[in-house]
Amino acid sequence: MKNIKSVSGGFFIHASLIFVSLLSIFPFLWLLSTALKGPDENIFQYPPVFLPESPTWANFKGVWNQIPFMLYFLNSMVVAGFTVLLNLILSALAAYPLARMEFAGKKTVFYATLATIMIPFQAIMLPVYLIVLKLNMVDSVNSFMGYLGLILPFAVNAFGIFLMRQAFLAIPKEMEEAAFVDGCNVFQIWWKILLPMVKPTLAVLAIFTFIGSWGEFLWPSIVLTQKTLYTLPVGVNDLQGMFSANWRFIAAGSIIATIPILVFFIAMQKYFISGENDGAVKG
Amino acid sequence: MYRYYKKYVPYLFILPAAVILILFFFIPFFETIVLSFFDYNSNIYHPVFVSLRNYTSLLTSPVFYKVLLNTFIYLMVAVPFLVVIPLIVAIMINQKIRGITLYKILIYLPVIVSIVVAAIAFKWLYAQQGVLNYAMSVFHINPVSWLTDPNVALYSVIIVTIWKGIGYYMMIYLSALMSVPKDLYEACEVDGANPVVKHLTVTLPHLMPTIGLVTTISSISAMKVFVEIYVMTKGGPLDSSKTIVYYIYERAFENLDLGIASAASVILLVIVLALSVINFVFFENKQYQL
Repeated sequence: MKNIKSVSGGFFIHASLIFVSLLSIFPFLWLLSTALKGPDENIFQYPPVFLPESPTWANFKGVWNQIPFMLYFLNSMVVAGFTVLLNLILSALAAYPLARMEFAGKKTVFYATLATIMIPFQAIMLPVYLIVLKLNMVDSVNSFMGYLGLILPFAVNAFGIFLMRQAFLAIPKEMEEAAFVDGCNVFQIWWKILLPMVKPTLAVLAIFTFIGSWGEFLWPSIVLTQKTLYTLPVGVNDLQGMFSANWRFIAAGSIIATIPILVFFIAMQKYFISGENDGAVKG
Repeated sequence: MYRYYKKYVPYLFILPAAVILILFFFIPFFETIVLSFFDYNSNIYHPVFVSLRNYTSLLTSPVFYKVLLNTFIYLMVAVPFLVVIPLIVAIMINQKIRGITLYKILIYLPVIVSIVVAAIAFKWLYAQQGVLNYAMSVFHINPVSWLTDPNVALYSVIIVTIWKGIGYYMMIYLSALMSVPKDLYEACEVDGANPVVKHLTVTLPHLMPTIGLVTTISSISAMKVFVEIYVMTKGGPLDSSKTIVYYIYERAFENLDLGIASAASVILLVIVLALSVINFVFFENKQYQL
């Protein structure tokens, strides 16, 4: 009796989860389906046809030839790459004294940092833009300054600092004392002893900073004026203007732009969806 | 523990981060407040101090009233769905069943993919002769102008926000579910309680702090919504899907009305600050203690 009940319960759960999973990916699948349909196939057909009759790469080729995706991809890589690097270094630097040292003004630094978590970027983006303008960090000066303007405002944030601080707090103090006795200076202690011990936290910070920076749209769309510095999200949004009614091209372009982050997600999936309950799956 | 560093060393470590936070958080924060007391509308190069006039003109403007109402609707509609759906999905995934990893990957996918791409994908679903209207016609429902009907557009955009958030909040619930003591469930099963009763009596009380956390952080992100609106409706038609961040963006970067934009920013700041304080005091107080 109990078995029958749990089997029907299992069926209900699987059915619901399959439904939610399909809802989650259907918009992308439909985009893919549209992108694979050739000019002979009516994409507004009723009833809609999910599987293209004669799938073609023509739309992908067409949009690839008109949009410099490689350039947008490289721009995104530069911006996300340096944003991650700076976040790791600056967070780990600032977190160390907050976790381990006593100094005048520690409380002030701590609470001031905490306060920045509560300030939404959207509410201060105008003055941030004015400051970036004043510092000449815009793409109309040159590409390097353009990149700086995209990266520096997001070079560190309070989440990263607190995350690293928690990681440092978990390390026994004896580690540092031993290193000091061995003749390490404080910077060496940080670099050679502590950082290797917080590698898992650095990885988490790197991955989530990367995802955030990679998907950022609002800020680049405010500061960028030159197409040569467009990141992928800005480039994708631009598709709508360029191919106003050509949904095959818009769909193909959106799919192309999604591939890099999809690869990254699959490769790093354990960081996003890990948890002890994975091990609970019974064969 | 004895001191192994010179007195100035802590400040050296903090300096680089401090420069960034001061330059791109604190100065802009105070500048927003200052700008909100000036009128840039008449001459952008010669702002005039007008004290609270930007605020009074905002609060008496029908458009801004609509913007606030839209933002409020956004929050009131999106948040309950983002609290409840991920909770149910998380409880279902937290069972000993096959395919958990695959389910998690698929449900988390919308979180990872660029919101710009997601908004474009939905724009395509919402097309007048699109899939969604076809699906409705199967049930003999008349086609809906998802993004061009002023009564509907806001809700169409909200659906995208909900859809994109489910995986994110599901993972928060999942990590909380791992900490529910297993013996409580066992006691329940011995008593012969059915699964629904089990989750109502054991899981829910245990998850109350997490439910609170999801409520505040999803409220904060609902306050900050922008890209979905920018890509799908540009706030239209007739301002019907314009929320506060879009309004600020438009005022600041399209109309160059820096004073009004800043006053609206301060209003946004106050609301988000209030929500954040609630969040810190009640739900996220552990990792942020000296």
